[in-house]
Amino acid sequence: MSKSLNQIVLPVAGGTALALSAALLFANMDYGQKKIGALEQRVEQISLQAETANRRADDEAAAVSDLKEKIAEIQAAAEERAARGGDLTERAPESGDKFGLGRTAKPEEVAAWDVDVLPDGRGLPEGKGDAYWGEEVFAEKCASCHGDFAEGVDNWPVLAGGFDTLGDKDPVKTVGSYWPYLSTVFDYVHRSMPFGEAQTLTADETYAIVAYILYSNDLVDDDFELSHENFAAFEMYNRDGFVIDDRPALEYAKWRAEPCMESCKPSVEITMRATFLDVTPEDGGESVMNHATADDTPTFVAAAPSAGTDEVAAEDAPSVAASASLDPVLVASGEKVFKKCGACHAVGAGAKNKSGPHLNGLFGRQMGSVDGFKYSKVFVAAQEQGRVWDEVALAEFLAKPRSYMKGTKMAFSGLRKQDDLDAITAYLKSVGE
Amino acid sequence: MDAKTGTSRRSFLKGSVAIAGASVAGAASASEADPLITDVQDWASITGAGVDETPYGMPISFEKDVVRRNVEWLTASPISSINFTPIHALDGTITPQGCAFERHHSGAIELRKEDYRLMINGLVDNPLVFHYADLERFPRENHVYFCECAANTGMEWAGAQLNGAQFTHGMIHNMEYTGVPLRTLLNEAGLAAAGELKDKWVYVEGADASSNGRSIPMEKALDDVLVAFKANGEALRMEHGYPVRLVVPGWEGNMWVKWLRRIEVTDMAVESREETSKYTDVYEDGTARKWTWVMDAKSVITSPSPQMPIAHGKGPLVISGLAWSGHGKITRVDVSRDGGISWETARLGKQGDTKALTRFYLDIDWDGNPMLLQSRAMDETGYVQPTKEQLRAMRGENAVYHNNCIQTWFVDENGVAENVEVS
Repeated sequence: MSKSLNQIVLPVAGGTALALSAALLFANMDYGQKKIGALEQRVEQISLQAETANRRADDEAAAVSDLKEKIAEIQAAAEERAARGGDLTERAPESGDKFGLGRTAKPEEVAAWDVDVLPDGRGLPEGKGDAYWGEEVFAEKCASCHGDFAEGVDNWPVLAGGFDTLGDKDPVKTVGSYWPYLSTVFDYVHRSMPFGEAQTLTADETYAIVAYILYSNDLVDDDFELSHENFAAFEMYNRDGFVIDDRPALEYAKWRAEPCMESCKPSVEITMRATFLDVTPEDGGESVMNHATADDTPTFVAAAPSAGTDEVAAEDAPSVAASASLDPVLVASGEKVFKKCGACHAVGAGAKNKSGPHLNGLFGRQMGSVDGFKYSKVFVAAQEQGRVWDEVALAEFLAKPRSYMKGTKMAFSGLRKQDDLDAITAYLKSVGE
Repeated sequence: MDAKTGTSRRSFLKGSVAIAGASVAGAASASEADPLITDVQDWASITGAGVDETPYGMPISFEKDVVRRNVEWLTASPISSINFTPIHALDGTITPQGCAFERHHSGAIELRKEDYRLMINGLVDNPLVFHYADLERFPRENHVYFCECAANTGMEWAGAQLNGAQFTHGMIHNMEYTGVPLRTLLNEAGLAAAGELKDKWVYVEGADASSNGRSIPMEKALDDVLVAFKANGEALRMEHGYPVRLVVPGWEGNMWVKWLRRIEVTDMAVESREETSKYTDVYEDGTARKWTWVMDAKSVITSPSPQMPIAHGKGPLVISGLAWSGHGKITRVDVSRDGGISWETARLGKQGDTKALTRFYLDIDWDGNPMLLQSRAMDETGYVQPTKEQLRAMRGENAVYHNNCIQTWFVDENGVAENVEVS
């Protein structure tokens, strides 16, 4: 910037001097007096112009110097910011004065929008509702997604149960088992629910729904009434289950160290391959499972830039082969279908009861017989009658759960395709023995 | 990608036949003259599209695979769901708005600027209501920041799951935001009423049906949080909160409240649904971490990757990826080709942006042998991106959020890449 200005200023001054010396040269030649007079006049004019040009040059030099200073200031500020670790954007100006923008919010506007509820109960509207009425409101407004018993339909959130599962592999995080504050339940139901019809519940309806959710978690009796008056006294099951972010102490302290660059391990093997090979197939439909195993992958060893030589040329073997008589493709397909069940049922080694009973050893098992699971009446009756799960019974049940077992609390609507029924049967046989 | 031969990223996935075909077609030693050069092509003879044919341009049709994708079975309904940025197919650092991931809790809403109101209330001297036009009269700033969902890579906690960088790491985007610092608006309402600011909070809330709300400590609110109305030079897209969203640099995406309608100064955290039942991390003993706002340093190789196999055979290969940290600048990225036995330091692209994506490259001469590709980011605090084992040893396998582990891609001799876990 400063350089280019100098280059502009100097030729202006230099050009004027050149014109002046040319004029003087003409003046020394033997021309007529008139011409000399005219030339003298011209010299005066040129002198004046030269002075003007000099003044302008001085002004511009001063401007250049100012600019240089300004640039130095900006550069210093930028360097300081860069050194501080910030980016190179200059902060927006701030002033002690207000900008005078916006207008004062009216009390009724604040009241309309400021409806959040704090953990200590501040922000609660006046009102009340009991679990008994809450069950009716819940059935009408909430159960289509969350199930009549707050057990969750399909992938929608489970609101009840899951106590003592937080340390399990797949913790069931419900209002009862996980949420630390009752205020959160009221606030969320009141402000964000029902899905697709938010902010339509009255305060009383909200109290009733919250009371019912507590009841469905066995935390209160069905005559429990919740109101703005007894709200703050209610303590949630998991209120002490949270710690504030402790990564700085536990992790950052450890993981801020110069990392290894060479021979960091003697060798590396593939221990697991992607579960889903094509996540979004071109022709739509569900993700395509990956049946390849890690058996035929190379081992990488230190001191070699890439793979070792112990590759095994083997055909990909299906990952699920628990029983030789089962079609592995059908089993794999069943595993995919089971995703619809997995929110409520566990199966496989160490499977425990979730909101539905575990499904290990299902075939040949007496209905309603899993220890520690609270069955609906219809299953208790089936158990008393000595009914046993077999392929036919399971297929009929899964096709239309509520008509096969009238009164079952399983909220699942059923598998319509015979292929899915066959697949899930094969899958449950393969893992549940 | 090539309309004439009909090959696409998808046929690469189907096996080595397509790969072999592609490398032959791309061979430099073609025996015959290339008709694409020797014959006069239509596009060199017939005129093309006139101006204004698309008043707002879309990517050319050949790029139609480079789109956001969702995985339907992950969530109950697309209205309350997430999709993934096609990071595997992008380069540089800026994410175009049209393919930047979306996360909605009750769907994306159409809210006109004329109907937009922003309220500041709570412990302020004067509760205020702003119209959209008011916001454009405050001094504003431009910053590039990444926005990463806390659940990015969450599916991978228990093991290698989804085959593609888009699905394992695509809950992220990086844009240049234009907006007013939140502190400017808070000062306009006046914070004298709040007294000691150290233990105060700002609760921010959206105008959509989910009314998503989060509590932000005052210290952060007064630091670098922006009330933004432009991204990458143009208005925010509907799906990103048009006309106004919050930008909370370096912190989890859920706090970047869209359709921002209210800012309340409070004396405690609201403990809303999204900061208690969600966005908290359950550990092996059943206790959970809360207020885990910062996104730690993380990186991923975007190419080669499962959706971006090596199509050209051995020889010059560009390994490319992204790195970022919620703690500041990325200072170094190392790449391993052997699953972490040895590491080489990659070349960083444009540097200097804090809490923004950094591009890295490692240019190699591939010998055609299988590789286990990994990348490892370091940030200006000296933090080194951990391995999956380190994270699991610390947190167990029940966590969902904040998985910033080192990712491994297995690249076989055909150049096909797969998501794997290694010893």
